[in-house]
Amino acid sequence: MTQDILDTVAFDDDGFMEDAAAWTEEIAQAIAEALEVNLSDRHWDVIKFARQEFETQGEPPTLRLITQQTEVSMKEMYQLFPGGPAKITANIAGLKKPTGCI
Amino acid sequence: MKTLLILGAGTGGTMVANKMVHELDSREWEIIIVDRDETHYYQPGLLFIPFGIYNPRDVEKPKRDFIPLNVKLILSDIELIEPEKNRVLLSRDKQVINYDYLVIATGSHIHPKETEGLLDGGGWRKNIFDFYSPDGAAELARYLKFWKGGRMVVNVSEMPIKCPVAPLEFLFLADWFFHERGIRDQVEIVYATPLDGAFTKPRAAEVLGGMLEKKGISLEPNFNIGEVDNKKNTIRSWDEREIPYDLLISIPTNMGAEVIKRSGLGDELNFVPIDKHTLQSSAWENIWVIGDAGNAPTSKAGSVAHFMLDVLIDNMLRHMEGLEPLAEFDGHANCFIESGFEQGILIDFNYDVEPLPGKYPLPGLGPFSLLKESPANHWGKMMFRWMYWNILLKGGEMPFESQMTMAGKWQ
Repeated sequence: MTQDILDTVAFDDDGFMEDAAAWTEEIAQAIAEALEVNLSDRHWDVIKFARQEFETQGEPPTLRLITQQTEVSMKEMYQLFPGGPAKITANIAGLKKPTGCI
Repeated sequence: MKTLLILGAGTGGTMVANKMVHELDSREWEIIIVDRDETHYYQPGLLFIPFGIYNPRDVEKPKRDFIPLNVKLILSDIELIEPEKNRVLLSRDKQVINYDYLVIATGSHIHPKETEGLLDGGGWRKNIFDFYSPDGAAELARYLKFWKGGRMVVNVSEMPIKCPVAPLEFLFLADWFFHERGIRDQVEIVYATPLDGAFTKPRAAEVLGGMLEKKGISLEPNFNIGEVDNKKNTIRSWDEREIPYDLLISIPTNMGAEVIKRSGLGDELNFVPIDKHTLQSSAWENIWVIGDAGNAPTSKAGSVAHFMLDVLIDNMLRHMEGLEPLAEFDGHANCFIESGFEQGILIDFNYDVEPLPGKYPLPGLGPFSLLKESPANHWGKMMFRWMYWNILLKGGEMPFESQMTMAGKWQ
């Protein structure tokens, strides 16, 4: 089921969606499952914020911005998206890979 | 009279003042530069202070010496920028300055308060130091002089930081310093970084990572610090990894100036959003930003401010004539990396091209080896201090082009 959905989506070399506009909640669910993230309401708060931020700013939000603008703390972000919260959020939200830092 | 107001008399602001004084007619324009501090620090030199290579006074000169006579220097804190009113409020005598054009050059600074337990846990300046501030570097020098050895952990709190190669240079110089002192075998050196390797760009990360290994420095990648536990002398990441230390060298969170935040002009780290190719503020067309103060996705470093300079000046002058700015800044950065034992590495890159190996052509002085150790690169770095004080700050001709060139680079 998950794989069927993922097969319909175009990903770049880093595994991020090529077209953010093609994203749906089902796709998010499928990417999350592939990453072994079990999506709760808290996850969705973050994902929706990331989508909204991308629509207005054209870039996925940084971890610092997410924790400033949502109720979710830094500690919780690492619990929700273990391994790399900003990157994994962008991935599930169907956004490009965060440029991060130089 | 029209007014060009420059906020900040560091590397970027000072260069803009020196250039603009030649470009603008003094019968039509007044140029004012504001800074809260009367001392100009040669910031690349702070790195050398902990190891006794430079003294604190080797990196200090009065700011006034570098500001042209017909530019008005005001020493004051900046209270508020009001872009909708084209004015800036200063703390000193509650002065109000109306401007026609504003250049923001307020830089970036360390904020140890952003990490729990770093500043207020009891270890700060006892066995926890920074080397990004003049007093931090000087106190660390005193500490290292008689340190008997142990486990030294160098930690970057979060990116971006000013001069992203400085932590690596610190590690290389520390390795050399402890060798010279004859205690290298008593010191364990660990580098804990939020990056997934030694550096941000793949080919440089590989070369620099290999050098860490060769020097016996261990790398702890993907380490995002959550707190410093001063009782256990341990740093703990958000995902509960722990690294014990005897001596912690922290590169704390870097942020733009408070006044940027107060004025509602900054992003989440108080950096001013700009067009990364024209250097114009994204929000206000008569505001221009140079150096660390902006959010351009390139290194925060003096060399970058220098490469921004000509583009920024041209674009402001074009704007004054009613012309569109040109998207000419390419993110060019150029750094000499000290690697210890009188060797150095040179890297040269921009928004699109990562640091590559090869030769860097420089008439009269070069070529310098790129992404490879050489004694010439070390001497290039040491000579740079003279060039900084005598040529760069004064807006003189430097033998470096603003835009990066592929000449000499191997792809």
